[in-house]
Amino acid sequence: MLLDVAFWVLGLVAVASAVLVFVVDSMARATYALALSFVAVGLALLLLEQSYVGVVTVLMMLMEMAVMGVYMVMYMGMNPALMPMSMVHDNRAALGVSAATFVVLAAGALLVPWPVRRGVPAPDVTAALGEALMGRQMLVMVVVSPVMVATIVTGVVLAAGRTRYDRFGDDLDASPPRDPHRGGVGR
Amino acid sequence: MTLQTVLLVAAALFAVGLYGAISQQVVVMVMMGLEVMVNAVLLAAGAMWWFLAPDPAGQVLLLVVLAAMTVEMAAGFAVATLVHRHRGSDMTDSATDLAG
Amino acid sequence: MPDPQPVTVGPGGVAAAGGILLALALAAVVLDGVLAARAAGLPAGAAVARPLDETVRLLRQRRRAPVSSDVLLWRLGGGGLVVVALLMVAVVPLGRWVVADLDVGVVWFNAMDVAVWVLVWLVGWGPNSVHSLVGGYRFLALALAYELPLMFAIVAPAVGAASLRVADVAAAQEGLWFVVWMPVAFVVYCLGVLAFSLWGPFAVPLGRDVAGGVLAELSGVDRLLVQAGRYALLAAGAAFAVPMFLGGGSGPVLPGWAWVLVKTVLLLGALVALRRRLPAVRPELAMEVGWVVLLPAVLVQDLVVAVVVAARG
Repeated sequence: MLLDVAFWVLGLVAVASAVLVFVVDSMARATYALALSFVAVGLALLLLEQSYVGVVTVLMMLMEMAVMGVYMVMYMGMNPALMPMSMVHDNRAALGVSAATFVVLAAGALLVPWPVRRGVPAPDVTAALGEALMGRQMLVMVVVSPVMVATIVTGVVLAAGRTRYDRFGDDLDASPPRDPHRGGVGR
Repeated sequence: MTLQTVLLVAAALFAVGLYGAISQQVVVMVMMGLEVMVNAVLLAAGAMWWFLAPDPAGQVLLLVVLAAMTVEMAAGFAVATLVHRHRGSDMTDSATDLAG
Repeated sequence: MPDPQPVTVGPGGVAAAGGILLALALAAVVLDGVLAARAAGLPAGAAVARPLDETVRLLRQRRRAPVSSDVLLWRLGGGGLVVVALLMVAVVPLGRWVVADLDVGVVWFNAMDVAVWVLVWLVGWGPNSVHSLVGGYRFLALALAYELPLMFAIVAPAVGAASLRVADVAAAQEGLWFVVWMPVAFVVYCLGVLAFSLWGPFAVPLGRDVAGGVLAELSGVDRLLVQAGRYALLAAGAAFAVPMFLGGGSGPVLPGWAWVLVKTVLLLGALVALRRRLPAVRPELAMEVGWVVLLPAVLVQDLVVAVVVAARG
């Protein structure tokens, strides 16, 4: 009973704050409405007894949204809080598509004859997850890690405004590199 | 709290995210929409795990979803930075080079 | 003797935990005042009453908000710091008792210290003031530098104990405290605590050069809450170090809860005293130090711990 109430409250908060993301006209409020939505889903995962994944969701999303807020402020060309204006295109089509998607997904959720539960959760779900990651599901970690590294490299290559030729000169022999800021370790 | 109700909430989240991803003009707001959609996937996967097959392998899927979300964020912001740097623009409508 | 299966306390215990955290924060304020008075060559007696005076003054002061400030986000950020500190100590066992015996308590603490990013930035963003916002961005710049080393620092005790439950980590230190064979992780952890409390070398987000930074526009009870939150975070960080690195409640003669308190007070005192002994960390330089020096050092520490644990079987 208490679990049901908690779930409905969290679900409501998650959906309502997700809607707010596209309704409010403040970049900070939009970002942190999304953060609230993620926190609500993370706590809902706690209700579904996945403590590690739930807490990690809260951790990662708070961090991500703190950084995202910076990008929001940086890249929103106009400030909708100062200059109220429509920032959407194809609003009616988008509403139609998303409503149709909801109807289809909801119908699927309610009408599909879901199978009965198979097996029971391990006594220590987190330890079981760790052993799965480092044992039978090792391949997942092995794949995710290089993807992450590739992402870091891609992100830096795409986003960096200065190349190594800007830093080290045409023959790549300038030392120390010509950076606009000093680094922290004596360069 | 049954599988159906959790999936309903996830469906609502997904629809809201889809609306955002389609309708918003600014790149960062489109990414917010994508994030809401991944959020819904996370919730739905968590519900499936708990109500259908609570074995450890299912949780690995949730971690993969989380990892996919970070990759999407990092790559998306890198591209947004690139577009902003080269065109002084933050709108999806001005980055249509690959449109047929 | 720490009990491996701690007892979860009821609402009264939660209130007691809050009271203890508040008392620790107050002790930190008094100690800081005494040290400040001594550094200035003044009698220390007046410093003891200072926190009370300041509290009363701030409670009587009118709270004001600048033009077109985002009051909702501002107040959320300001009030949240104390709450986050409380949620941090919720997983710290005090002898036999604990408020919430989470099986992922270590990750929980980590999630809470990431929440500080959000809150401090909101306190900076809320008042629609340049100096506050500069302070908020300075904190994010520092946070990107300190957070990863801090994360990997608290990974070391968790690996050493082969558990994410805080009580298990404390129990795993029978005979040898983790601080002895994980010194690098401990030092980096303490730096992280200083950083997320905006304390000492990491106080530049509220530096005088930006007119108080995130504190610039705060007045009245809002200012009181943010300042109390800083001290509470410092106290919570010290309290969490006890089960992670300092053996939890183990110690001779005294019962477990008393040892936890004694160790917390000692570490808190050391952290407070560090305030005047370390130079300020410049946000634009911190990133490289954090990722080129601290992060590899902590990773090597984690590797050593992992190898030791694997070799022990």
